[in-house]
Amino acid sequence: MAELSATSSGQPGSPGLAAPTPGPRLKRAWGPAFEAILVPLGAILLALVLFGLFCKAQGQDPFKVYASIYKASFGSWFAFQNTLMRTAPLMLTALCTALPARLGMIVIGNEGALVMGGIGAVIAGLAVPAWPPHLALGLMALSGMIWGGLWISLSAGLRQYRGVNETISSLLLNYISIAILNHLVNGPMKDPSSLNKPSSFPIAEEIMLGRITFGDFTMRVHWGLGYGLVACVILWFLMQRTTFGYQARFIGANPKAARLGGLPVNRTTLITCFLAGGCAGVAGMVEVAAVHGRANESLAAGFGYAGILVAFVARFHPLAIVPVSLLLGGILASSGILQRAHKLPDSTSLVFQGLVFLVILFSDSLYGRFKIFKP
Amino acid sequence: MESFWLVTLAILAGAVRGGTPFLFVSLGECLTEKSGKINLGQEGSLLAGAMTAYAVSHHSGSPWYGVLAAMGTGMALGLLFAWLAQLPRTNDIAVGIALMLFGSGIAFFFGKPYIQPSAPLLPGIPLGAWSSSSQIQAALRICPLFFLGLLTAFFLAWFLRSTRWGLQIRAAGDQPSAARALGISLKSVRTWAAMAGSGLAAVGGSYLSLYYPGAWTEAISGGQGLMAVALVIFARWDPKMCLVASLLFGGAQSVGPALQAAGIQTGYYLWNASPYVLTLIVMIITCSTKKSLAGAPGALATGE
Repeated sequence: MAELSATSSGQPGSPGLAAPTPGPRLKRAWGPAFEAILVPLGAILLALVLFGLFCKAQGQDPFKVYASIYKASFGSWFAFQNTLMRTAPLMLTALCTALPARLGMIVIGNEGALVMGGIGAVIAGLAVPAWPPHLALGLMALSGMIWGGLWISLSAGLRQYRGVNETISSLLLNYISIAILNHLVNGPMKDPSSLNKPSSFPIAEEIMLGRITFGDFTMRVHWGLGYGLVACVILWFLMQRTTFGYQARFIGANPKAARLGGLPVNRTTLITCFLAGGCAGVAGMVEVAAVHGRANESLAAGFGYAGILVAFVARFHPLAIVPVSLLLGGILASSGILQRAHKLPDSTSLVFQGLVFLVILFSDSLYGRFKIFKP
Repeated sequence: MESFWLVTLAILAGAVRGGTPFLFVSLGECLTEKSGKINLGQEGSLLAGAMTAYAVSHHSGSPWYGVLAAMGTGMALGLLFAWLAQLPRTNDIAVGIALMLFGSGIAFFFGKPYIQPSAPLLPGIPLGAWSSSSQIQAALRICPLFFLGLLTAFFLAWFLRSTRWGLQIRAAGDQPSAARALGISLKSVRTWAAMAGSGLAAVGGSYLSLYYPGAWTEAISGGQGLMAVALVIFARWDPKMCLVASLLFGGAQSVGPALQAAGIQTGYYLWNASPYVLTLIVMIITCSTKKSLAGAPGALATGE
């Protein structure tokens, strides 16, 4: 990605050399920022129009469909909590694509890292059923992070030391991780009482991740949401405000110069990918510790693939991931009502995600095309 | 001795049966990459092709119309890919991922009504009719699409090596600036290559739904469209080697079921991962950080 922008930056009128054109100060300061916000927003609007036309072609009134989506995702406190529960794993899996993207890598092994993190969390949870809940949860999160982190680091290592394309290797690792999960829950870890859906033994009730409470006020949403928010803020700080993040972005912008300048390219890449995979691993831990209570095939529910979309729409910015996850969480939460009220199949949300993805990529080609944003 | 030959025959038959979709997808990917773009969206074309083929076969009563319709769907997705991937500041890998999502979404959405009904399937050519053994008859029952794929592989090798259009495709993939200087339109060459490649992938999908396993389900593809990218690397961008690689991968896919049939239960689920592990191992062995691979089109992944 970044290699690409590095080669295409030789366009006429590249910034930096030309004297700044006189213009209103406001525009000079805020033009690029407006562009960075308005172009993706416009793209999402275009995707909404296209999806509306798609619904129309299916004989559905698009406005009624959108009204249903709104009602089922943000229309009531109950619906909004449903959305928030889906937002939590999305934020964490999106970071798995967003961080390596800063290094110029496209990692799409989110689903695999989530599954491995879930496995790691279950193993930790089963090992310490009697520990105090906070300690046990901490250990489970750590274990999930390490398993997911190592999983993506494997991809990064293969790229740095063997030149294997990280997109393909991380994708293959998704399939391999699901095979490992199936092997474990059908063999060594199988709970004999889980007949219809082979699962691991459940972790103890006491060490499950609880709901968010403030005094008397209890939400249905679990603390995974807090994990996601904290991870987004910490990683934003790491990537934008520290030397490490600067190194990573420098490598992404120009890997050759970074190497020549003596930056620890391999180490930075491996650490970033470990953190990225760790986030997806924590998403797996949250799914295990707060939702399923055990490891089974429900772990691979598609949050990993949806996370790729979130990362691209957010343009790999850790803080932008929060609102985008919220939006997509709402779309996912409304999948049920589309089936019940509009007779649209459950894959409708997949069509919508694909449309948004395509339009967002199309909008990438629009940057710098509009004079109005020029400083 | 006879049982040894039977097992060997069964493995070969399994390689042909499981390898045919790999063959089409990898040939399509090979053609696309020769022109200088990587299309990860082949998975979407494969799924959309499988769905279209089954649906058209169900309505028209002829599986061959299904194959044709699948090709059309694949070419439409290929056109979308070529357009988006050649816009300024977009990236072919990212466009491929998006098309994978979009193609499978479209396939699942429109394929929902076709999960239940049955459609006429492609006939197998009974090459084993001379034998009285039912095992040999089953093993030598080969889909006509396999022979079509075989022909395509040799045709593509000749086409890329010895024709004017083949030269233009190779030039666009190897030396885009030189191709441009020769007056070759990169845009149209790459668009045609991507359309044809995506169409081939969709034909591979029609094999899945119309021959083996021979029904439309949402889990019909196990990522064959994605593994094609690795297969092409393994085959060093040579259509004839794509044939070898596809048969190898088809064989690897049938190891798990074969062992289970032989009574070996341990690690059944792990064996399911063998094609993916094999792909990864192949890539680890063949790739290198030092030099670009022999036979790799020069413009791949440079964004040009």
